Amino acid sequence: MSNSSRNAMLAKIRTAIMTGSRGDFHEAHTSVPYSAYDDGNVAARIELFAHRVAEYKAWVGHCTSVGIAQAVAERLMIRGKKRMVIPSDLPDSWLPKGFDFVRDSQLDRTVIAGMDGVLSGAALGIAQTGTIVLDGGAFQGRRMISLLPDYHLCIIRAQDIVGVVPEAFAQLATTRQSPMQPYTFISGPSATSDIELNRVEGVHGPRTLDVFIVE
Amino acid sequence: MKKPESVIIELAPRFEVGAKSALQNTQLRRNMGKATQTIRGKRAAVVDELSDWESLRVAGQHIKDDVMQHLDTYLVQLEDAITRAGGHVHWAKDAHEANEIVTHLIQATGSKEIIKVKSLTTDEIRLNEALELAGITAIETDLAELIIQLAHEKSSHILVPAIHKNRSEIRALFQKSMNLPDLTDEPKELAAAARQFLREKFMSVRVATSGANFAIAETGSVCVVESEGNGRMCLTMPDVLISVMGIEKILPRWQDLGVFMQLLPRSSTGERMNPYTSIWTGVHADDGPQEFHLVLLDNGRSDVLADSVGRQTLHCIRCSACINVCPVYERTGGHAYGSVYPGPIGAILTPQLVGTAYADSLPYASSLCGACYDVCPVRINIPEVLVHLRGKVVAEKQTQLKSWFDGENIGMKAMATTFAHRSTYELAQQAGQLAQWPFVYEGYIEHGPGPLGKWTAMRDFPAIPPQSFRDWWRERQRDE
Ligand code: SF4
Repeated sequence: MSNSSRNAMLAKIRTAIMTGSRGDFHEAHTSVPYSAYDDGNVAARIELFAHRVAEYKAWVGHCTSVGIAQAVAERLMIRGKKRMVIPSDLPDSWLPKGFDFVRDSQLDRTVIAGMDGVLSGAALGIAQTGTIVLDGGAFQGRRMISLLPDYHLCIIRAQDIVGVVPEAFAQLATTRQSPMQPYTFISGPSATSDIELNRVEGVHGPRTLDVFIVE
Repeated sequence: MKKPESVIIELAPRFEVGAKSALQNTQLRRNMGKATQTIRGKRAAVVDELSDWESLRVAGQHIKDDVMQHLDTYLVQLEDAITRAGGHVHWAKDAHEANEIVTHLIQATGSKEIIKVKSLTTDEIRLNEALELAGITAIETDLAELIIQLAHEKSSHILVPAIHKNRSEIRALFQKSMNLPDLTDEPKELAAAARQFLREKFMSVRVATSGANFAIAETGSVCVVESEGNGRMCLTMPDVLISVMGIEKILPRWQDLGVFMQLLPRSSTGERMNPYTSIWTGVHADDGPQEFHLVLLDNGRSDVLADSVGRQTLHCIRCSACINVCPVYERTGGHAYGSVYPGPIGAILTPQLVGTAYADSLPYASSLCGACYDVCPVRINIPEVLVHLRGKVVAEKQTQLKSWFDGENIGMKAMATTFAHRSTYELAQQAGQLAQWPFVYEGYIEHGPGPLGKWTAMRDFPAIPPQSFRDWWRERQRDE
């Protein structure tokens, strides 16, 4: 890195801004209004979220806050998963008996990759786009644990589901720490359309995504 | 005039030459037709369901206007924020400087191999080739890029770069290079083969490079939008992450992502949201790379900024919507543009980055139908910029001595004089009617003489009819 490049670039940019200005630029914050909030009712929002997540070929179910462990057990049985990595702070009350849950305390990457799946919470959901947002906060853990295993079972609280995309960023701004946490937006399992434009689920991320909405 | 030191043009085949050979390749045309049609349909469906789409486009345009007007301020703000979060920011005037910075950073780690997320910006500066010279192997991790890399070919579409390859070709390629003789041509199996092949690299390679879709000046956050998960892998698994970003990709505020994360996925792949988006800010304790570098690249962009009409080109978020609606692109495919940026955006961006003298055929690779402007999520008026650049090409040619003898130029000048007066125009018309007979075939001139030869090499020229409109009108009035 050289300081001279930095200064030369900035000087050139400053001159360019003056020469190329048409004088009709817009300040970003005077922008026209777009929908920043949804006005729908809560039930409709949750239903939309479930619907949109399912459209990405993820599986979506509902459970109550006291029924999480049982819901997890049922799902893992159906998927045939036994050994699951979990974030270090995941509540015991979420964990059914009869499975092997391994808490991530800086586990080696090969150990994580060797797990049957990951069980995690989420920071928020976006109904309009069927998106789950992870921010490394409560019950989510490091990015690596939700990436390497082939199966992701994600538990999201209904009250954490927002309506539209701008709401999500507004909400994340209120919970952001300093330094800021890393964010991962997940909309369905990983996919590619690179082979003759067929959507193929599952390239590098978890190839199967199951979601429980807790009401 | 700028030197072509930025390395976009690959031996600069002229558009009409590349287009001609592409038009003769029927497999390519079929794939392209299917690809662009499919994506167009998906995009239209998800755009139509948003009642505030037009407001979002205007908001996107205004935010980008603001970025350009205060680019210096935002860049310094971004640098501050990233540095505070434990990252490093580097400034590169051109491709050469950027490659040098990245090479040195990789050499400092001692690694001879890097994993790479597809990025047009690193293609633009030809990072892979620069690294190869330094003895560093860059492994492309996007499925399509991997296919292209294994086949030693070039991308034909910025979104689906391997669209010119069918599944049996991909199967043969994987069988050979991954040593999987029993592989079938099922897309699912092909994807699984790539997963297997790259997994080992993700687990072991210590350095990654990426581009960036957005960077937020206010917070220092960098954002990568993707589908397959290879982006997440590259941004999470290595010790060192180096991202190269054009200076124009910056957004002022965190909340601007609320606009752009709607505009980009819907315009690009026609999805409500792409499968994965990663946003990181400097380095995060115990999570992901512990060393992060952002290289800010100019490489001709500040020259574009200085052009009042051309400036809007820098608003581009590389969604490829304009490419997918372009009737010219649909027929020629991406290779004809001779640049990493194909289609309408390429036709306006490439000549501005390398100078019109080096890419003077590209502003003509369009019929000015305006479909690209209608779909552009940040409302870049591509036809306006095209016409502006055509003017520049002509002006530049006219200052060169050789243009005095250039047939098209002489022809255009003569035409200007002739068309300026009715009497000379009518005289010329009569002369033309007499002189054209050896060249006319079914009412068209396909191979004209002299200056007309160049024109008719690319298009047929209607012959002058036996009776002109004026003659007919006069006659008609006489008859009444
Ligand atoms: S010019 Fe507009 S439509 Fe074309 S790629 Fe850029 S942002 Fe997309």
